[in-house]
Parts: sequence; structure tokens; C-alpha cells
Amino acid sequence: MIGGLFIYNHKGEVLISRVYRDDIGRNAVDAFRVNVIHARQQVRSPVTNIARTSFFHVKRSNIWLAAVTKQNVNAAMVFEFLYKMCDVMAAYFGKVSEENIKNNFVLIYELLDEILDFGYPQNSETGALKTFITQQGIKGQFQTKEEQSQITSQVTGQIGWRREGIKYRRNELFLDVLESVNLLMSPQGQVLSAHVSGRVVMKSYLSGMPECKFGMNDKIVIDKAGKGGVTDEVGKSDLGGGGSTSGKQSIAIDDCTFNQCVRLSKFDSERSISFIPPDGEYELMRYRTTKDIILPFRVIPLVREVGRTKLEVKVVIKSNFKPSLLAQKIEVRIPTPLNTSGVQVICMKGKAKYKASENAIVWKIKRMAGMKESQISAEIELLPTNDKKKWARPPISMNFEVPFAPSGLKVRYLKVFESKLNYSDHDVVKWVRYIGRSGIYETRC
Amino acid sequence: MEWANQLCENRQFGSKMTDSKYFTTTKKGEIFELKAELNSDKKEKKKEAVKKVIASMTVGKDVSALFPDVVNCMQTDNLELKKLVYLYLMNYAKSQPDMAIMAVNTFVKDCEDPNPLIRALAVRTMGCIRVDKITEYLCEPLRKCLKDEDPYVRKTAAVCVAKLHDINAQLVEDQGFLDTLKDLISDSNPMVVANAVAALSEIAESHPNSNLLDLNPQSINKLLTALNECTEWGQIFILDCLANYTPRDDRESQSICERVTPRLSHANSAVVLSAVKVLMKFMEMLPKDLDYYGTLLKKLAPPLVTLLSAEPELQYVALRNINLIVQKRPEILKHEMKVFFVKYNDPIYVKLEKLDIMIRLASQANIAQVLAELKEYATEVDVDFVRKAVRAIGRCAIKVEQSAERCVSTLLDLIQTKVNYVVQEAIVVIKDIFRKYPNKYESVIATLCENLDSLDEPEARAAMIWIVGEYAERIDNADELLESFLEGFHDESTQVQLQLLTAIVKLFLKKPTETQELVQQVLSLATQDSDNPDLRDRGYIYWRLLSTDPVAAKEVVLAEKPLISEETDLIEPTLLEELICHIGTLASVYHKPPSAFVEGSRGVMHKRLPARTGSGEGTESPDVGNVAGGSAPEAAPSIIPSQGDLLGDLLNLDLAPPTTTGPPPPTSGMQMGGMDLLGGGLDSLLGGDIGGSPAMGAGFGAAPAVMPASLNAPVGGGLGDLFDLGGGVGMPMGAYIPPKTVWLPAMKAKGLEISGTFARRAGVIQMELVLTNKAMSVMTDFAIQFNRNSFGLAPAGPLQVLTPLGPNQTIEVSLPLSTVGPVMKMDPLNNLQVAVKNNIDVFYFSCQYPISMLFVEDGKMERQVFLATWKDIPNDNESQFQIQDCHLNSDAASNKLQGSNIFTIAKRTVEGQDMLYMAIKLSNGIWVLAELKMQAGNPNYTISLKCRAPEVSQCVFQCYEAVLKN
Repeated sequence: MIGGLFIYNHKGEVLISRVYRDDIGRNAVDAFRVNVIHARQQVRSPVTNIARTSFFHVKRSNIWLAAVTKQNVNAAMVFEFLYKMCDVMAAYFGKVSEENIKNNFVLIYELLDEILDFGYPQNSETGALKTFITQQGIKGQFQTKEEQSQITSQVTGQIGWRREGIKYRRNELFLDVLESVNLLMSPQGQVLSAHVSGRVVMKSYLSGMPECKFGMNDKIVIDKAGKGGVTDEVGKSDLGGGGSTSGKQSIAIDDCTFNQCVRLSKFDSERSISFIPPDGEYELMRYRTTKDIILPFRVIPLVREVGRTKLEVKVVIKSNFKPSLLAQKIEVRIPTPLNTSGVQVICMKGKAKYKASENAIVWKIKRMAGMKESQISAEIELLPTNDKKKWARPPISMNFEVPFAPSGLKVRYLKVFESKLNYSDHDVVKWVRYIGRSGIYETRC
Repeated sequence: MEWANQLCENRQFGSKMTDSKYFTTTKKGEIFELKAELNSDKKEKKKEAVKKVIASMTVGKDVSALFPDVVNCMQTDNLELKKLVYLYLMNYAKSQPDMAIMAVNTFVKDCEDPNPLIRALAVRTMGCIRVDKITEYLCEPLRKCLKDEDPYVRKTAAVCVAKLHDINAQLVEDQGFLDTLKDLISDSNPMVVANAVAALSEIAESHPNSNLLDLNPQSINKLLTALNECTEWGQIFILDCLANYTPRDDRESQSICERVTPRLSHANSAVVLSAVKVLMKFMEMLPKDLDYYGTLLKKLAPPLVTLLSAEPELQYVALRNINLIVQKRPEILKHEMKVFFVKYNDPIYVKLEKLDIMIRLASQANIAQVLAELKEYATEVDVDFVRKAVRAIGRCAIKVEQSAERCVSTLLDLIQTKVNYVVQEAIVVIKDIFRKYPNKYESVIATLCENLDSLDEPEARAAMIWIVGEYAERIDNADELLESFLEGFHDESTQVQLQLLTAIVKLFLKKPTETQELVQQVLSLATQDSDNPDLRDRGYIYWRLLSTDPVAAKEVVLAEKPLISEETDLIEPTLLEELICHIGTLASVYHKPPSAFVEGSRGVMHKRLPARTGSGEGTESPDVGNVAGGSAPEAAPSIIPSQGDLLGDLLNLDLAPPTTTGPPPPTSGMQMGGMDLLGGGLDSLLGGDIGGSPAMGAGFGAAPAVMPASLNAPVGGGLGDLFDLGGGVGMPMGAYIPPKTVWLPAMKAKGLEISGTFARRAGVIQMELVLTNKAMSVMTDFAIQFNRNSFGLAPAGPLQVLTPLGPNQTIEVSLPLSTVGPVMKMDPLNNLQVAVKNNIDVFYFSCQYPISMLFVEDGKMERQVFLATWKDIPNDNESQFQIQDCHLNSDAASNKLQGSNIFTIAKRTVEGQDMLYMAIKLSNGIWVLAELKMQAGNPNYTISLKCRAPEVSQCVFQCYEAVLKN
């Protein structure tokens, strides 16, 4: 198991050092600094073995987190734990920065004592942790016996993510379908790979211990329902909104993963998503689709080398969705060679600028409706070099935001049942929103 | 509990002056100041001081001198201060055990506290203080906490048992904590179960043979139930534990798989990977024709692909594991090529791993896409990545024959870019393509030769030289090209020198008239001016070959080379199996068995996949585990043989006739050849039949004579050594075959007499049978079957008796055997029960095969590996035997043994006693290491055998005796 955990600043100074196992000596702290932080090259592997000691490291802005071990630990678990550690710290004191870590080092030691025992990760749900480790020190005095046992049963219990006795005057639910659409296209317009990775993020403000059931237009469920003639749920697509009702009836989901509150065995057997939600904001599920993706934009690049010192670039973007919808925050990034000396740009819409420090022309358009087209052309002047290394021609990348789900996912229902308290599904106010963003959306040129 | 109040106050105070001030740089005399502050009367000041101490401790300053002062602060009601002091204690208690005892009372008291959080804190901290005296006091509170009414305390106590075990294992056993821990597996709280499982798994690891976890269907059922309810981390502990279980039969295996598959949708990648591990392992036991087997395969792909959208570090772990999974079961991801395409922003480690998997998944169906991608990658910036991409193009050519032409033209395009490292890498892979498809693409040689001057890396130079030598007859100026390399011969790396030597000899054999001078030059450079024994030895071999028999030389040096295999970098199957059992862990990231990077007793246990069993024969499967338990090899940590190895192989192949794997490397020229060889060996070289062919004779007569005298001794030794092995190089001694014995007398089998023996020929085990019909009627319809046996011997085909066997007729049949049959431990181990059927009846007999039949050809071991393994095997597993009345010298013995695939790894001579260190690998992967001691003049040898499965030692010894005495 994890033998020790160190946090360093970018200079390699130790901010936190907690050793759990005897086999990790103080020299391990220095070994990592010398061999990884101070190494000249970029990181060649997130797992580094130095003198039979393995270091798992992740970097968050300027901060290095390193978990150290001499045993054959579960590597995936160690990384998951390090990410979790970052989440927990962020939940307690905001950004994981040197300043914040130094200011909260006592708290971090307390947390580390709690969530990692002898190198074994323990309950690390911030919801639960905050009930007894608070930024104001550890609660203790005001706890009655009941409170204490409630804390411990929550920390160790089946529903570790929610406490009993939550009350809201107004029961509300916010549901965001956030998708990032990824594309790699060849210069000729052939889709080399495309996928959507989506997340369903919920904010729930519900009283008691509500039982929720979530439904979407998953092909497997719909087909099954269609066959069996069960149409009761399909008919009532009360949440199906989002403006664009046309399009596919159902989508094929390649794979999905769920928050630990979802009953996985139930999903496996019935493909129904049922759960008792955590309070506040959480990510209910992640999913991935690769079939029939709506690619909101198409980029058509044209690069021509005019002699050794000049490049002509023309890029056309076409929006490919319903004209009534508006895409926002559109940004096209056209890379330029390292030896660029000057750039002239002409664009019909939006603003374009050559940013020498980023080696790119950045073209920004605030809004663009569907089924439109826009164009930019640029002349790039190059300094003659005798550098033999060819310019790698990085792909043209794009950023945007659209108000629909490129995967075609629709929320069909979200039902809330709370048998003990007297509110019903109809009393809950539900809000649904779809946002599609660009992930890595690249076209080679 | 006033401390909470104080704490709040302090925080308010703290918000004005943040904690980061404790990190400010320190002045001289700091320790002294801290001491004063720690002893201050003011509580606030005390706490501030302790914080400073902790901050100093964090940055690595030695503050152990403050021990008594800090411990004094412990007697406080302030929990925050207490926790800080605990933190200090955990770090320094070891250095001041006597002082640490002061803390015991507080701990013991806290373990009785009404607040469960405090009880847990006390027992958790106490376990972290590794001082014997404190541990003694820990036992009673721990016992109570293990049975505490609060689950939070129990789950903390469970881990504490593991801590205590780490400090004092005996104490844990004596106090009966292990049993209490086992009881916790049935606890009502899932987190307590999970922690108990984690603790037990860890303890079990250091007791490989104890049956601590005692996994049986009932306990497995409990674990599977807890799996649905516990935290993500708990699920990982449980899944990792489940993976160690061997189900009784395929039905149990399937039912576990069914209950584990839902975990594949968990958001935590580690849960997913651990579930994949369990499924991959248990799948082994499912019959392939089962519908469920196919369903399961389909279910595995999507979650694996999803792992690639995790954070880059996790992607890396996932990719390293997918690399293994793809090798084990390529069908799972064969349609998912696209997801492994490299993204521009991927970190380099993700890019490199993706590339590796792309090649593994490349097939005729997707090769066009793959090639287009690879070509794109070859223009990237990162040098390592570009190199790997170029190399990947070559590997595609070798793997998918239909694409070879496209690959070659892509490589030529890349060579035209003139980017130095791209060109060099391309040349290295083109050499492999030549090996794979001889006489097909040699037209590109001209283009390659144009780039000769730009090659500055040894590997590329060596590859180019190989190409020139190999195709010398088609390259007009081959002699000039090679000569140009010769100028700086001594500055080249060994790899290049060896290759150059071989290439020039090839050239000479192809064009003897023009290149005599050149070959002499290189031979004298290699033999006289070089300090490298490999180079010198190879030089002498060629020299002697050329001078004795040029025709033979031609046959040897220009022998047809075996084709190289499609996948050169596959992980060795036994290692792969072991790594599959370690999916998700570090071992799967390093692609090395845990024993390669974990110290001490942990991780020595080797894991293997379960054998496929039908539901009927379930009970035998644990046996398989036992026999095979300690057997996976230590060797082959090399993941991907570098091109250098490959080249080395090529060179070796040049030397040896195609069918043999070459002689064992001489340990050292100095040692092996005694002085006595000098006279004969060298003289015969000098004076012997020099005049092989007139063209050469003239040149060779003089050369060796000018050898400096000082070189004589070692050189003679080296040569003598080569001579001894001479027999081995050309025609390895056959494996030992015991004489035929009668297995089934005629009177017991209605007139059918069977005698026979076993032999191993070219890696195949043969059962050689003589069937005699001593009855009056004709016998037909022969068939043979084996009972399950220790090493899974089974007929690889039907018994080939095609004609009816008439009265008094005898027929000799040889039956090839495989070692993949069902396994059952026999007594004696090498017992084999056979049933033979003919038209008359079924007859049964049993016979014993020499275990040497099972010694496989690749039983050689690196010396270091041998040494490490020898040390690694506990001394209890060593057994010693005497071989009496044997009159062989050590070299002859070594040769003889090698014929039976007993390989001498090293030899040592101590005070006239020769020690041979030998390695044997059995067909089921068990390694046996041996030390053979022999003394000149003493016909009795002593042999020590070390093996993880000591049962085989007796049989192995019998083989030694048989081989050496025959």
C-alpha cells in the first residue's frame, strides 16, 4: 500500500510529508526532488522508480503530489486517490496552491490521517468528512452521542454520501447535461475519430432520503420498451425539452460510469438508473458515444507554401445545426510556424489576431447561428532559417459552446420518491439544461 | 472537552496570521527558541511552537532533540494540539523509545473515551508508533476496539492489526488477532469487511503458504455481498482479494463473473481495472463455446475504452494494462483501433503507449488507417515518439504481409526527409523487413546506401553494415563501403565491430578475389588489436574456419537464416499470465513480476491463471495451483527486446547452423582453458592444415604467427574452449534416451506386447512404442489414451498404426506428446498411466518417463537472474544428492547435460573443485537450479538442487544420474 505521501512546490520544497510505512525513508523525499522535479526533461512517465521505490506523481498547477511505495500496489487506485485528495483539498480551501497548502497544513495532516490509514484509502467523501473535520478544527464538543454515532455510521455506512434529516422548504433539482465533443479530422474532411464524452451533473436540494430514478433515450431501454409494448414512460417525456425535439429517437451509448450512489447491479440487470442522491452538487454519470454524433462545426483548411518564406492559409468554418440555435464562444486557433515574422489576417466575421507568444492565429467569434459559414484568410511571412527540423504542422483546433447535446442524448424523466416525507414527484421543481462544448476538436492541415 | 472552544478561538487568531508563517526560513538557535516556547505556560504559545516543530519536520529538519518537550505537550485536552503531538510521535518515537512510553497512558485512556472518533484516533495512532514497549500496551485496547460497538472504531482497529503485524508478527499470532480479523469478514458493516479484507490480504502476502484468507464459496459470497455496499476503495480491496481465489469449476467462475461485471460501470477507474482483473482471470476457466464467454468478452471492451477518457496518469496505467490484455485476448479490442489514435495534446507517455497498442491491434482490416496515422506521427516533434512511429511502420510491414510494400514506400519517403534520426530508425527497421521478406525489396538498397554518411548511431550503422554484407553480391562497391567503416574500427561500438567483422567475412566468401586484403585487415583488427573477448573470439572462429575449410565456412557463414517471427516484442507467455493476475497494480505498469521490484518476502509469490477445468473435475484444480504455484520464471524482465538484442540474435544465428540455438556462452576465456590446452590447441592452429584453398592459404599462413606472445595464454585458452564446444556447435549431443523396457507383457494383454521409451527430439516429446502381436489373430483399431498426470502429458495426435498388425508382427510407432493435457499430481511424480485399445480389448499399464523429457530448450538463464533466483528460493527447498562412480570432466559433463537441455550457466573452480551452476526449465514453467560439484580424481559428484516445487528434485536427480552415466 501507499508508504508515504509528499506535496512539493514547483521548486521541489516539501510542503507536506506524511510517511505511513517504515520502508519509506527520508531520502525518498529528496530522491523525487532530484530525479523528477529537478529533471531537465519533461515527465516521461507518471510512475517513476528510483532505487526500488516507486513514485506516483501528479501535478496541479505548480504543486506536485507524490505517493510513494515499495510494494506492488494497485496503481490505478493510487492515482484515483491522488485526484481525490486534490478534490478534497479543493473542497476545503479552494484552489490547490502553495499558499493555500501552507496556510492549511495542519488541516491537511488531519485529513491525511483520516482518509489514508496505513496507506489504505478510507472514506474520502467530502460530504462525510466535513461533518467531523472542519476548517474550524475538529468538531467534538457540541456533539451529542447521537450525533457522534450518526457521524460514524455515515462515514462507514452504506450511504456514506448523504446524511439523514436534510430539510428544504422548496424541493428543487437542477440537471445539466454537459457534453464535450471530440473530433480529429483529416485535411480532406474525413473523420478520423470522433466521440462525445458527456456528464450528467446534478444539483439536488431535496428533503429526507429521496429515492430517484433517472431515464434517458438510451437505445437499449427504448428498444426493450418498444418490444414489450410498454410505452407509459416513453410517452411522458416531460423533461425532453431543450428546444430541438426533432432528430433521433434514441442514442447508442458505448459505455457509462456512475457515481457511487447509483445501484450498479440494478443497472446491470435492468439498465435502470436508481439512486439516493448526495446533497448539493455531484456528477451522476459519465458516458461516451461514438455513433451518429452531430458535429456542430466543420473546419476546412487550405495551407499553401509560397516559396520558402511565405505561407498562405485559408480556413472556412461551417456550422451544422438548426438555424434557430446559436453557438457561442467560438474560437479557432490556427498554428503558425516558429519562424513566423509577420501575419496579415482578413476575416469576414469576428476578430482575429496573431499571437506570437502562442505561435498561433486566434480567431474569435462571439455568436454564430446554425447552417452558416465564415472564412478567414491569412498570409504568414517566415524568416528564412537553416533549421533542418521540419515544422510539425499542428492541427487547427476549435472551441465553442452549443445549446444542445451533440450526442443526441435526451433526458426522459427524473422521478423522485420520498415515502417518509409528504412531498411527491410533482412537487419537485426540476430544471434541465443541455450544453455541448468542444473537447479536443481538431482538424489536421 | 474544552479544546474545541479553544480551537475555534485559535482559528480566528490563525486567520489573521496564517499558518504559512511556520514555513519561513529559520535562523540559528531555532531549536533553542522552540524549546523555550514549548515549555511556555501559555497554551497558545505552546501550540504555535508545536506547529513550528511540525513544519520543520515536514521540510526535513531534524527536530528530534525536542522530543521530551513536545511529548510534555501531549497531556492536553486540546484535540488539535494532541493530533499534532501524535504526528510528531509517529515520526520520532523510534529514536526515543523510553520517552515515548510516557504517551502510553494517554492512549490507553483515550481508547476508553465515550466518543468513538477519539477511541478510533487513539488506536489508529498507537499502531503507527513503532516502539516495542508501546506495542505491548496496544494489545488490550486493540482487542477491545476490534469488538467495539461502533463500526468506525472496528474498521480502524482492523487496519491496526495489519500495522501491528508489520511490527511484530509473532505477537499478532499469539494474541489471536488473526482469528478476530477473520471474524470481521462477516461483519455487518461493509467498510469493516473491506478493511479486514485489506488487512488480511496484506498479512497473507508475507505468509505465502498460510491459508489465512481461507477463501471458500461461503466467504466469497460474503465478499460479493459487501462489494455492492462499500466505498469505492473498499470495492478495490475486495476485488483485489477476489482475484486471488480459484473457483472450483466453471459454474462457480461464471456466477462470480456475473456478480462482478456491474462494477465495470463504476466511476472509479481502479474499481473498473480490478474488476477487469477478476474477469480476465476467471474467464480462463470458462469453456469457450459457452454463450456467456462471448457476452463477457463483449462487455469488457467499452469500459476499457472509457478508461482512456480519464486523467492522463490513469490513462497511462490503463494503457499499460490494455497492452497486456491485448496480448492475452486480442479479440476484445480488435475493433477499437481508433480510440488509440494519438491526440496532439496527449502527454508523451500516453502517446508512446498508444503507439504500442496500435501496432498490436494492426491487422489487414485496419492497416491503411494505421499507416496513415503513423506517417503523420513521424513528422511530430518529440524524438522518441517519432522514432517509435518509424519503428512501428516497420513492425506493421512484418506483421501484415499485404501492407509490406506500402510500408517500405512510406519508409523511403521518410528517408527522403533526411531528418537524421528518422533515416537511422528507418534503416534499422528496413533491415528487419529484409529478414522477413528476403529477395523482395532489395531494390531499395541503393537509396539506403546514399545515406551511409549520415548514420551516427551504432544501431543504424550496424544495420546498414548487415545489409551491405548480406547483399554484397548486389552492391558493386560493397568493399569500398565496408572499407570506409573499417578506418575508425576501434572507435566503433562493439555492436558495429562485430557486425563489420561478419559482413566483411560474408563479402569475402562471396567475392574472394577482390577482398582478401580487406578480410585480413579486419581479422587482424579484431583478433590482435581488440580487448573485447567477444570480438576476438569471433575473429578467431572466422579465421580458423576460413583457414581450415572454406567450403564449410561458406556453409556456416552464409547459411540460410530462419525467418524472423511476426511479433518480436511479445511478453513471454508465463510472464504474461502472471502479469494478467496483477492487472491494475504496479507490476502491470512496469510489465515486470513483483519479485523484480519488491524487496523482501512480499510479492515473491507468483500468481498464475487458473487452468480451464470442466465442472466434473473441479477438485483437482487446487492441485494445479500447488504444483505450478512457485513456478513462473524470474527471467525475462526485458519487456521489449531492444533492437540491439535483435541484432545480437542475428549475429548469433550467423554463427550457428540454423537448427540449433547456439552453444552456451563460454563463461570466460581465461578460466576455462587450462594451460594444457595451449600446446595442442594453438600449435594445431598454427601448424595445421593451412592450405585450404590456394587463394587463402597464402594470406593466412603468416598472419597468426605475428601474434604477440603475450596474447598466447588467453588466446590459447579461448580457442581451446571453442574447440571443446566445437562438437556442441555443429551437432549437439542428443538428449538422453533411456533404453526401451517392456511396459505391457503379452500375457497380460491377450497377446499384445508393448515396450517403449521416451525421447525428446527437436523440442517435441515422443513416446516411442514397439507393439508386438504375440497372439494368433490380427490386431487392428489401435488407440491410446493417458490418465491425468503430473505434467499434463497427453498424446498430440492419434496413435498411427495404419496397417493391421498380423501375428508375430512388430511395429514401431512414435507418438508425439503435448504437455497441455489435464493435470493431476501422481506418485511418483513421473508416473504415467496409459490405456491402449485395440479390436480385442482395452489394456492398462503404467510407466515412468524420465523427467528430462520435460526440460525445454529455452531453459537458459541470465547469470544475474540465476543468482537472484538461487538466493530467492528458500534454503528449505534445497536438496542434495550424490552421484557415484562417474568419470567425466566438468566440460564433458556440461556438454552431455546440455544435450538434455540442462544448461550450464556458470562455472567456478575453487581449490581443484569444479562447480557447475545449471538451470533447467520444465515444460510447465517450473525452474530447477542446480549446483554440481566435482573434484578431479573423485568419481563421486555432489549435486544440490533448488526449486520452488521441491517435489520434482528427486526426479531431476534421477535424470542427472541417468544422463551422466550413459
